[in-house]
Amino acid sequence: MNDWIQITLLDDIPRQGCRIVELDHDDMLNRIAVFRTVTDEIHAVHDKCPHRGGPLSQGIVHGGLVTCPLHSWKIDLATGEAVLPDKGCARTYATKVEDGRVYLRLA
Amino acid sequence: MARMKLVLVGNGMAGVRTLEELLKAAPQQYDITVFGDEPHPNYNRIMLSPVLAGEQTVEQIVLNSREWYAQHGITLHTGKRVVKIDRKHRFVEADDGTRAEYDRLLLATGSKPFILPVPGADLGGVVGFRDIADVDKMIDAASHYRHAVVIGGGLLGLEAANGLKLRGMQVSVVHIAPWLLERQMDEPAARLLQKSLEEKGLKFLLERQTQELVRGESGRVCAVKFKDGESVPADLVVMAVGIRPNTALAESAGLRCERGIVVNDTMQTFDPRIYAVGECVSHRGIAYGLVAPLFEQAKVCANHLAEHGVARYQGSMTSTKLKVTGIDLFSAGDFTGAPGTESLVFSDAATGTYKKLVIKDNKLVGACIYGDTIDGSWYFDLLREGTDISQFRKTILFGQHHLGDSGHGPAERVAALPDSAEICGCNGVCKGTIVAAIRDLKLFTLDEVKAHTKASASCGSCTGLVEAVLAHTVGGNYSAAPSKKPLCKCTEHSHDEVIAAIRDQELKSMEAVFQALDWNTPDGCATCRPALNYYLLARWPADYKDDAQSRFINERAHGNIQKDGSFSVVPRMWGGLTNPKELRAIADVAEKYKVPEVKVTGGQRIDLFGVKKEDLPSMWKDLSDAGFVSGHAYGKALRTVKTCVGSQWCRFGTQDSTGLGVKLEQLTWGSWMPHKFKLAVSGCPRNCAEATIKDFGVVCVDSGYELHVGGNGGIKVRVTDLLCRVNTEEEVMEYCGAFTQLYREEAHYLERTAPWVERVGLAHIKARIVDDAEGRAALHERFKFGQQFAQIDPWKERAEGTAAHEFQPIRVVAKPVTA
Repeated sequence: MNDWIQITLLDDIPRQGCRIVELDHDDMLNRIAVFRTVTDEIHAVHDKCPHRGGPLSQGIVHGGLVTCPLHSWKIDLATGEAVLPDKGCARTYATKVEDGRVYLRLA
Repeated sequence: MARMKLVLVGNGMAGVRTLEELLKAAPQQYDITVFGDEPHPNYNRIMLSPVLAGEQTVEQIVLNSREWYAQHGITLHTGKRVVKIDRKHRFVEADDGTRAEYDRLLLATGSKPFILPVPGADLGGVVGFRDIADVDKMIDAASHYRHAVVIGGGLLGLEAANGLKLRGMQVSVVHIAPWLLERQMDEPAARLLQKSLEEKGLKFLLERQTQELVRGESGRVCAVKFKDGESVPADLVVMAVGIRPNTALAESAGLRCERGIVVNDTMQTFDPRIYAVGECVSHRGIAYGLVAPLFEQAKVCANHLAEHGVARYQGSMTSTKLKVTGIDLFSAGDFTGAPGTESLVFSDAATGTYKKLVIKDNKLVGACIYGDTIDGSWYFDLLREGTDISQFRKTILFGQHHLGDSGHGPAERVAALPDSAEICGCNGVCKGTIVAAIRDLKLFTLDEVKAHTKASASCGSCTGLVEAVLAHTVGGNYSAAPSKKPLCKCTEHSHDEVIAAIRDQELKSMEAVFQALDWNTPDGCATCRPALNYYLLARWPADYKDDAQSRFINERAHGNIQKDGSFSVVPRMWGGLTNPKELRAIADVAEKYKVPEVKVTGGQRIDLFGVKKEDLPSMWKDLSDAGFVSGHAYGKALRTVKTCVGSQWCRFGTQDSTGLGVKLEQLTWGSWMPHKFKLAVSGCPRNCAEATIKDFGVVCVDSGYELHVGGNGGIKVRVTDLLCRVNTEEEVMEYCGAFTQLYREEAHYLERTAPWVERVGLAHIKARIVDDAEGRAALHERFKFGQQFAQIDPWKERAEGTAAHEFQPIRVVAKPVTA
């Protein structure tokens, strides 16, 4: 599996912000949050906090973390892992940026 | 670059805590070597009393296992006493010849029990109460001998006596003063304490001076003889008459010592390569013996070892608690009742309750409580913050009126609560869960408890209860929060310091704040960014550009996020007034966007629930076309102005309360605040608009307008304070603008007016708003200036395309294509 999907332009994701990608894939509506950090790294994480399913895409992005808007869990965007002492993990997806275009890989 | 070498002498709580803080701040900076003269890794010395009493084991009180040292690459030498510091060649040497070189040296040699210089003090069976070895000796003695004498009726002595009694010995406590704990308690409280300890079987010999420890036939101590000629049998003597900072090593190295090793505000000794923390130091002439100050010192010291160079230790205020199960006492500050102070006393010998509060200039300066100590941490807060207590002086003796919102009355003591009692209503955390986390994870501070259990992590109203559970579980020493509270973990600076820096150094962007105040993260965190965004916006309305990414989602999306991720929409209804045309427009919008629920709010408007985020802009467009603007029901901002019908219709109405409400809302709408802000105008003292539980409330009377401030109808109901009475609507407007601006400029982010008014005192607010006409006018002008930039309807902007990315998802209809 090496199927990259072009989803948007880098410029269309605000720095320290996020866009939601809705994927109509395998009959499942999948919401993936694509974050851009202050240092312009791009990370894609399943838009569901491992705690109570809060929409991570709506959180505040700081460093390589996002703070969930519902109960303030912090999730590491690169690994999807909750920051200790909280424990849990959100699924992550591979991303790459080429020529200002952002690509996402589902597998 | 080679790493620097750091050597720690003293493997105790203060030293190792410094290492922990250092590893957090600069994990790679040093190769670390630790020397400790005890054979154990770092353990919780405070918990020796419960170990002696048989309530905990030595294993349970170990704080850092040997694995911890290994994990962090720390070389640990236990059982080795450092006997020499060579400052010229920069190495230390232990009694077995082990040497370690250093670039920086940290001394945390703690203290030693003071041994009375009386004949027989060196006999077998005479011990101090300082370390695990002492406890082992006491436990051993308890299984072989019968009579124990504890010399010293202070905290440590009483805890030792209690433990030995529980171990089955006959215990007498010898004390030189006329009552126990004379430094922590006044006489009436100490008498109550003595009575309940006597009921536990302890004997007390007060006002006795020890002359000699008598040697028995076996060569071991057999009795204690007093100056008055009497004596008592003793197979074990525990010396608990005080501690002395352990400065021998530092002195031998020529470091300046007074009572302890002298350090400056950065915890540096007179040799700039050598730092010192803990009980061995003397800071501004004070040597501390409690854990909270030591941890504050550790934090400051680590900051300098990490070469961040921004923190200062400025001394601590301490409180004490006795760790004897079933005995509750608390004291703090100066409770002796010096001239110029007033005392409030509550005493009930039958229930064993005693409270004495000492007040000076309307501020609490001392507290001494025996029996019911649940309000101890609240009193301690009032003391530390220097809160003006004149508003609640009549009830202060009876404690904080509502400790938490989950139905716990103040009389119910935390100790008596069952494990299943819910402490934190927001996150559903029970007492048992918190106690287990504190014990198992070895938590020390409120912040740690918050992080691990989520208790008090949401609305914060149960903070007092959580602190009480913490204090009860691990002893009161831990509960004391640092005297200065940093804004968040990204900085050492408090809210007030940040506000002042933004104002005085004219910092006009977030980057400028990060740089000027040495933020330790590149772009802050979810706590500080919204606060800074607000402070900058409030101070520099014309210059600062609002940063959407630093706003909580509700303010970024201009709606309230609901638990299913949908949003609610509340259009503004000025003063709660509406008309058929507006209602029809709302009905149309509700139908068009299939709004699942429509509800009338407590603030006299209409709430449309369950709106999909991507529908928000077009819905706002429809509302905007019908003449509505955002109600800011989602923001730390001006929310509603509630009114009653007033003189226009009501037979009791004295003034046009509805009309005045509309004017006030037109003045204040759109303004960002430290927290939400609500107004109300009632047309007569019947107060149907409930103006006396609002942030700013107006009650119309026949002769004018009463202005009330600092009310709250939420978590903790607080009735407003009367600010003043004015005669005209124009004055109401000016006072309202000025009060709002004072709150905007001085309150901490996320601090409602009620706690703000209690913190700074009504007198301060009256001085600024009522007494100072010029200052009031200036505040009002600044408020109006800021409003030019704030009164732009965010809904209309977004309906016209601002921040479209916020609302529009990217849709990918799947079959991946190869790129």
